[in-house]
Amino acid sequence: MTRTYAELLREARSEIREVSPAEADALRQRGGIALIDVREASEWDQGYIPGATHISKSYLEQQVEAAVPDRGTPVVLYCAGGVRSLFAGQTLAAMGYSDVVSMSGGFQAWKGHGLPWTQPVVLTDTQKTRYSRHLLIPEVGSAGQAKLLESKVLLIGAGGLGSPAALYLAAAGVGTIGIIDFDVVDLSNLQRQVVHTSDRIGEKKVESARKTLTALNPDVAVIGHEEMLVADNVERIIAGYDVILDGTDTFETRYILNDAAVAAGIPVVHASVFRFEGQLTTFVPYEGPCYRCLYPTPPPPELAPGCSVAGVLGVVPGIMGLLQANEVLKLLLGIGETLAGRLLLFDALETEFTELRLRRDPECPVCSDRAREAREAGSPLAIAATGGVFTLGGSR
Amino acid sequence: MSTVKFPSVLRANVGGAREVEAGGSTIGEVLDALVAAYPALRDQLFTDEGELNRFVNVYLNGQDVRYLDGPSTPVAAADEVRLLPAMAGGAGEARRTASGETRRSWGDEAWRPAAR
Repeated sequence: MTRTYAELLREARSEIREVSPAEADALRQRGGIALIDVREASEWDQGYIPGATHISKSYLEQQVEAAVPDRGTPVVLYCAGGVRSLFAGQTLAAMGYSDVVSMSGGFQAWKGHGLPWTQPVVLTDTQKTRYSRHLLIPEVGSAGQAKLLESKVLLIGAGGLGSPAALYLAAAGVGTIGIIDFDVVDLSNLQRQVVHTSDRIGEKKVESARKTLTALNPDVAVIGHEEMLVADNVERIIAGYDVILDGTDTFETRYILNDAAVAAGIPVVHASVFRFEGQLTTFVPYEGPCYRCLYPTPPPPELAPGCSVAGVLGVVPGIMGLLQANEVLKLLLGIGETLAGRLLLFDALETEFTELRLRRDPECPVCSDRAREAREAGSPLAIAATGGVFTLGGSR
Repeated sequence: MSTVKFPSVLRANVGGAREVEAGGSTIGEVLDALVAAYPALRDQLFTDEGELNRFVNVYLNGQDVRYLDGPSTPVAAADEVRLLPAMAGGAGEARRTASGETRRSWGDEAWRPAAR
């Protein structure tokens, strides 16, 4: 049996309900629907409806189940003029999607009605190739990749934790990577600090890391902070960063960082390692606990040895540093569940992960509601830390 | 008897064991039994006044006992207790802290200035 295009279109129109752009906009704003743009990638790049997911019609069957797992979810389809989305609607109906409509007139009519649309950041051809495996993931895509390229992440230390994290964050296209480190590369670092190399022994770690990271990905700008993080400079240094990755090895630095990051509202992804073990959590200000909720006071130095005296299996900071990088990427992209409120323990000897539940301390001197209100009312943040009292934003 | 798990920072105090069995029907009793069996744990766990140190957290089946009933939290035989002190370790080198202290080693090694 031969059927013409006109007959196929008539059939599709009789099977798939159409909605006007105004109705589609109302559905979009009410939420709970899947808005799918079935045009080609080149058309999507010219602009799309905010909140839409792009699945080109030619990939619809393959990709729609991942994007819309529940076949009862109301689906609104659109294309450029309202024809391809009708045929796409038939495909979804055949797959068992029960509530599918097509937007009449398509994106052209949408724009013609003066409804809002956005234009994605257009990646260069080189970037499209470099990040192609990210672009294939619906949760990242070109919008997510553009977000990463505009993001700023601060690493406290280019050491055992910072090295693997820096490599993968740079590879992922995090556009700005700040590194605080005033140390130089030492032969004993190279067992785990994989961002450095043997021919850079004696070189500043910040410089060594910059060479490795920009060689890996020229999209990345590396900002070096060759100073020690102290109460007097912490606010200035962390300002403007989206996420901080804590690889510090002294409690003093950790408390100074915690207090300033909470005040600035910047999430800190924390990890520490010891021999065959590591621990990891993400401190998201006011959403979960801060470091002081977990440990209100530091232990005396003699009760908390660092790696230089206790040793560490090189892969342990490697694994923990990459888990930190994973947390950073999720925070930047706004996807998934972070470890806020959970402490993850890793035991390399047993290959065992254990999760402990953490809570905000309602009496926390830094992140409790009372402390926050006092800070917002203008009182300086005065905190007792190891070795003295630090007043952030004032002289010590 | 409940199982008490130790991270490696504390193992030197319990003869290198990863975990030990301890009797007691509350967290307080379990900790007392531990300190009685392993006196080296006392300084790590308790202040001079006998309070639990704030740099050590005690978890019962993954929950911080501070948010349960503290030392009075009941412990059943099959429960898992975990002690977790704050860990210094980033993975950098020992360095002087801003206040000029040098960290010292602890545990099965003698106290000495951290080697650079």
